[in-house]
Amino acid sequence: MPATTTKSAFRAGVRDGAPFMVVAAPFALLFGVLATEAGLNLFEVMSFSLVVIAGAAQFTALQLMQNETPTIIVLVSALAVNLRVAMYSAALTPYLGKAPLWQRACAAYMLVDQSYALSHARFDAEPQMSVPARMSYFFGTCTLLIPTWYAASFAGAALGTALPPQIPLDFALPIMFLSMVAPMMRTLPHIVAAGVAVVISIAAASIPYSLGLLVAGIAGMMAGAQVDLWLERRAP
Amino acid sequence: MIDTGNLWFIIITLGVGSFLLRFAFIGFIGDRPLPDWLLRHLRYTAVAVLPALVAPLVVFSDEGGSLDAARIGASVATVAAGMATKNLFAAIGAGAATLFTLMMLIG
Repeated sequence: MPATTTKSAFRAGVRDGAPFMVVAAPFALLFGVLATEAGLNLFEVMSFSLVVIAGAAQFTALQLMQNETPTIIVLVSALAVNLRVAMYSAALTPYLGKAPLWQRACAAYMLVDQSYALSHARFDAEPQMSVPARMSYFFGTCTLLIPTWYAASFAGAALGTALPPQIPLDFALPIMFLSMVAPMMRTLPHIVAAGVAVVISIAAASIPYSLGLLVAGIAGMMAGAQVDLWLERRAP
Repeated sequence: MIDTGNLWFIIITLGVGSFLLRFAFIGFIGDRPLPDWLLRHLRYTAVAVLPALVAPLVVFSDEGGSLDAARIGASVATVAAGMATKNLFAAIGAGAATLFTLMMLIG
């Protein structure tokens, strides 16, 4: 790979990001549909997708709001689901930390699974890339992805209530979440974290205000971290 | 029904919160490294919180009867396909297909 100019880096980002439109669109579409079914109007749905741009957090908030969960629990749970973007932010800082503040602020807004994964892999593989070239690549990956997120949310909201009632839409959400989580079960700590969280969330389902979710989530994280630590100590 | 004022409070707070999570390191912290124990816990947030959210929805659905069997079957199929293929779409397809098939068979 020759030394990358900002223009060619941007084009490479657009090219690499394009296939992920196929991944992002169904999530945003489903969010639009479910949010409309839950009673949100088009403007509210679009504001949600524009302001938050985080599939899992949006679905979590939507689900909990429908269960009349206290607002603070809705916020804590939705942000907890989205904590991984803080890790992405940490991981990209060594590569983008020297860019101007306004660029870093724009990049932060667009920091999603796909833009992170593509950029981190690219920056790692091409250490000689300049900071402006890296920023151009990052924004390139977002150029098709982020508008797709908005457009598919809009389409879902427009489609919304037009879907036939026989479709068990309420169960689309659990299937979506399980589909996101299952491929993450790469190692023993991941499986233990999920297992502990599931058992405790069912046992704690009667705890009011959905507090059981937080207890189960924290217990699962701690279990995963402990197994992770144990495996690391056992390794030679 | 979702209360409109509350909804806007949640949208805006979540938006600000999500931005701050994303901006935290790239904007504020710079190159300073994070403590090991914190990273170790952050690594498992998604795999703990998402299943904890779904499990009660699967086990205690209000619908009762045959739909419950279909839901549990669909959940198992989704997880199995997702773990086997590591593919989001394969997992969604397996879950949806199982849900519809079981609903037709039992329902």
